[in-house]
Amino acid sequence: MGSFRALLVRDLKLAARVGGSGTMSLVFFLAIVTLIPFALGPDLNLLSRIGPAILWIAALLSTLIGLDRLFQADEEDGSLALLRLSPVPLEIVVLAKVLAHWLVTGLPLALAVPLFGLLVALSPEGMLATAATLLVGTPALTFLGAVGAALTASLRRGGLILSIIVLPFMIPTLIFGVAAANAALGGTVPFATPFLILCALTLIAAVVGTFGAAAALRSDV
Amino acid sequence: MRLPRCLAAILALRAGRPPATSKRMIRELANPTRFMGLSGRLLPWLAAASALLLAFGLYLVWFVSPADYQQGDTVRIMYIHVPAAWLGLFFYVIMVASALGTLVWRHPLADVSQKAAAPIGAAFTLICLVTGSLWGKPMWGTYWQWDARLTSMLVMLLIYGGILALWRAVEEPNRAARAVSILTLVGAVNVPIVKFSVDWWNTLHQPASVFRLGGPTIHASMLIPLLVMALAFTLLGLALHLSGIRTEILRRRVRTLTILEAERLDAQAA
Repeated sequence: MGSFRALLVRDLKLAARVGGSGTMSLVFFLAIVTLIPFALGPDLNLLSRIGPAILWIAALLSTLIGLDRLFQADEEDGSLALLRLSPVPLEIVVLAKVLAHWLVTGLPLALAVPLFGLLVALSPEGMLATAATLLVGTPALTFLGAVGAALTASLRRGGLILSIIVLPFMIPTLIFGVAAANAALGGTVPFATPFLILCALTLIAAVVGTFGAAAALRSDV
Repeated sequence: MRLPRCLAAILALRAGRPPATSKRMIRELANPTRFMGLSGRLLPWLAAASALLLAFGLYLVWFVSPADYQQGDTVRIMYIHVPAAWLGLFFYVIMVASALGTLVWRHPLADVSQKAAAPIGAAFTLICLVTGSLWGKPMWGTYWQWDARLTSMLVMLLIYGGILALWRAVEEPNRAARAVSILTLVGAVNVPIVKFSVDWWNTLHQPASVFRLGGPTIHASMLIPLLVMALAFTLLGLALHLSGIRTEILRRRVRTLTILEAERLDAQAA
């Protein structure tokens, strides 16, 4: 438990002091949300209808851009080798690093939805629902991405491969995230049905992601 | 946990106790030289059998099987489409088995088999999607529909694409095999989703009509050509897989020889 907290604090400090990947993914999120109305035209009715989908796509892409550094930075400066040698199970290491990464990238995105929702003319209920689905759903994206990040940690051009590997696995999360947000805006399906499936997907991703990423890190010696 | 079992195996070998027969067979096949000899003899027969059966199957499809009373001659696309879909899934299952062989037993042939299976499975999946799309235009009035089975098959193709990309990205073959194994096992979640998608979600694609509880719902005049084609496709796939494995073994030998030669020249220069 002590090593878990130490790793978490270390990664949060690194994120705050070096490079600032958290603010970067937030800026990227904003850039995508701004870009889409330029492509579609400023039709507020259309935008409010597809608003949750726009926010989810933006969140998915901004989660992706930070992921390739998740284990690569540690691989480069040698700290990953030390972590492999330490008695702490690699699953705990992965869990701490993923949690830190999500606190820095996923959580700010979910919290920023009320602000960015204004740009796509979301109703207050829509904003609340989208924020809730992102809050629950983005951990799944980070966990699934962690498997890809661990597999590509020592590759020189890992970023592109990472996206190709990981995107197919993110599709179910995207489907149910957007479905839940749309259900809150009105529709035949109650909000709880897709939302609970989204919660289940996050729990499954947490298990698969933790053990998968740890196995990938272990085999990459 | 793992170490004592290894030790036990080593001790058993040193004591001269013969391992069980099935295990011995696997061990003998695991020897690449022996495998090359056996597969080299087997491959021409397998290839000839699949060519003959494919010719027979296509004859049945074009001249013997009846046109459907609703679909007309378009139904003949089904004889390519359905076996391709089966084999797209079948080769993923082969990859999962090989991935387990790589990760759990460190079987020297498992990662070669895994690598050879990936492009074949991807090709069958692509054939399935393309033929299905060609059939969909006259029957459903659209080349593509975001239906559950179509979508899950497309995701399958994307996963195959990711696996192929990862094989190319990692240079060292053993490391690539272990990385791809993990990805393959994670992607295995999609196989049951594809298989049962038409039963779970009631969308446009028709439900299963051959492998179902209560027997097939398709008439024998169409079922027999379909099964012949499925067998022909399976033999074709296995022949391609076997020759892919052989090519990969030879490629690795060339790679090792090149490295040894480079080291020799390096030592000479020094």
